[in-house]
Amino acid sequence: MERELRLMKGNEAVAEAAIRAGADGYFGYPITPQSEILEYLMEARPYQTTGMVVLQAESEIAAINMVYGGAACGKRVMTTSSSPGISLKQEGITYIAGAELPCLIVNVVRGGPGLGTIQPAQSDYFQAVKGGGHGDYHLIVLAPASVQEMADFVGLGFDLAFRYRNPVMILSDGAIGQMMEKVYLSPQKERSKKVPEWATTGKPPTRERNIITSLDLDPKAQEVFNQKLIAKYDEIREKEVRYEEFQCQDAEYLLVAYGTSARVCQKAVQLARVEGLRVGLLRPITLFPFPTARIRELAGQVKGMMSVEMSAGQMVEDVMLAANGKVPVVHFGRMGGIVTTPDEVVENLKLKIMKV
Amino acid sequence: MAEITGIKEIIRPENLVYKRTKVMTDNILSYCPGCGHGTVHRILAEIIDEEGLQSETIGVSPVGCAVLMYNFLDIDCQEAAHGRAPAVATGIKRLLPDKFVFTYQGDGDLAAIGTAETIHACNRGENILMIFINNGIYGMTGGQMAPTTIPGMRSSTSPYGRDVKIMGNPLKMTDIVATLPGTYYVTRQSVHTPANVRRTKKAMRKAVQYQKLNRGACFIEIVSNCPSGWKMTPVESNKWMEENMIPFYPLGDLKTPPEEPASNLKPEAK
Repeated sequence: MERELRLMKGNEAVAEAAIRAGADGYFGYPITPQSEILEYLMEARPYQTTGMVVLQAESEIAAINMVYGGAACGKRVMTTSSSPGISLKQEGITYIAGAELPCLIVNVVRGGPGLGTIQPAQSDYFQAVKGGGHGDYHLIVLAPASVQEMADFVGLGFDLAFRYRNPVMILSDGAIGQMMEKVYLSPQKERSKKVPEWATTGKPPTRERNIITSLDLDPKAQEVFNQKLIAKYDEIREKEVRYEEFQCQDAEYLLVAYGTSARVCQKAVQLARVEGLRVGLLRPITLFPFPTARIRELAGQVKGMMSVEMSAGQMVEDVMLAANGKVPVVHFGRMGGIVTTPDEVVENLKLKIMKV
Repeated sequence: MAEITGIKEIIRPENLVYKRTKVMTDNILSYCPGCGHGTVHRILAEIIDEEGLQSETIGVSPVGCAVLMYNFLDIDCQEAAHGRAPAVATGIKRLLPDKFVFTYQGDGDLAAIGTAETIHACNRGENILMIFINNGIYGMTGGQMAPTTIPGMRSSTSPYGRDVKIMGNPLKMTDIVATLPGTYYVTRQSVHTPANVRRTKKAMRKAVQYQKLNRGACFIEIVSNCPSGWKMTPVESNKWMEENMIPFYPLGDLKTPPEEPASNLKPEAK
């Protein structure tokens, strides 16, 4: 079937893709720079067409708990927010991870800490990738670098969430959320009628009752559960790593960047190449699982790596762990909602790694 | 204990006057002796059984003494984070509007940390039943002051009695939600005497009917005791509850549906 071409904001693409992916429910709360998602869905009224529920909650906390309730019924449900709102959702997210529920969470990141700024940033990497809430758990984290990927990762996110019974986060930023690009939209998918065997839908006489909880008062049983989660995350690390390489084949220097920074770095690679510098770019598409193995491999090829992030340096720690001391790894980034320029990237690459 | 003479003669189906309702499991209740939770569980299980709702019911348990409710009721159940049950129930009911959905929460859960979720679920008129056990104390964590601890009442964090000048006033959550347009039926009951048990069961049956008719939020507060937290025997705690809690939280309907007779509107004598 032919895909429909439209010019859309990243946020609008998420909303439209959710309807088309056959989502069952969306629960949101307004916050800049992602409010267009809720606005778009309220205007589209998918409850009249596909039957998708759309509800504006009284807080981000309530929204994520509505997601918990819907997900525990086996439904494809999601919420979206931006950094301060995502902080509020962390309690719900750790309960969802602990109860092994599938759902989709979108973070259109803005600068922080605190109320910070409404401009784009990538300073929620640690929160998204390392945990965010309390306890030992991981989200599957997808990092879109275009409006097209904002749309595509909605369906992919739901699929991964259900495959692993695990919450999935799309870690975007204010630039990708707000900018307009052409986007090919998938045709409308029907909402799934499948009821997972673990879902709470009312206990028929034919099965035992289903209980959705993250509580186990028996330490031994809780540890067994923790080990089960570890095994799941290991399987995800093995099967779900996604990344994209740009001019890495002959690279002597490697840039590692995701999302908006990866777009800037792609231009930086071109500029560096004009100067005769053999620079390549590795763009992680999944931040958890991280493309550790590939970066480790490239550490045997290049002379140095620079992680470029709109943050004080967060992903750089994972790049360092991957490089494992084989080559120097440095960070370059702008903060406070400032998007770095390709020239700055090349300049800092020379200064920090090439030492020229 | 000496064997009762002729016990085998007594235990016969025709002599049976009381048995476990089928919606309760065989698990031993984790509640303290004399606590009202077990009685409320039993009433709820009886209603679900009698109304034929076992395959239609999704319950949401709180954080607090009733956190393990799903071990005792033989129904599909979700365990919510502290205070969030009304939001979780909203998610369930919006996605499965034909199911019977209820929350079961204590005073700390519903009237402190979950105040926003409670008020907004009620105000939106979510078609759910909220069961609110008010014993004026945080039982699970060892008897700390609750939002509903009455003035002068002792707890481990108000050891000299609740001083409202310092600690603020108790919150009458049921009175608040009764004023909201989204609630359809709001009542305050207790389970410390057989007569009160019957009234509570009647209230629950009404709430089930109203949910079937999509009438909006139903809210049943049950003023209860906490022998362990109050440091009293079960009998003493019920007496203390009658003399102190119920005058502050009078029993009876706070909001009845328009077609309901207004006869039971006034607070009942204890």
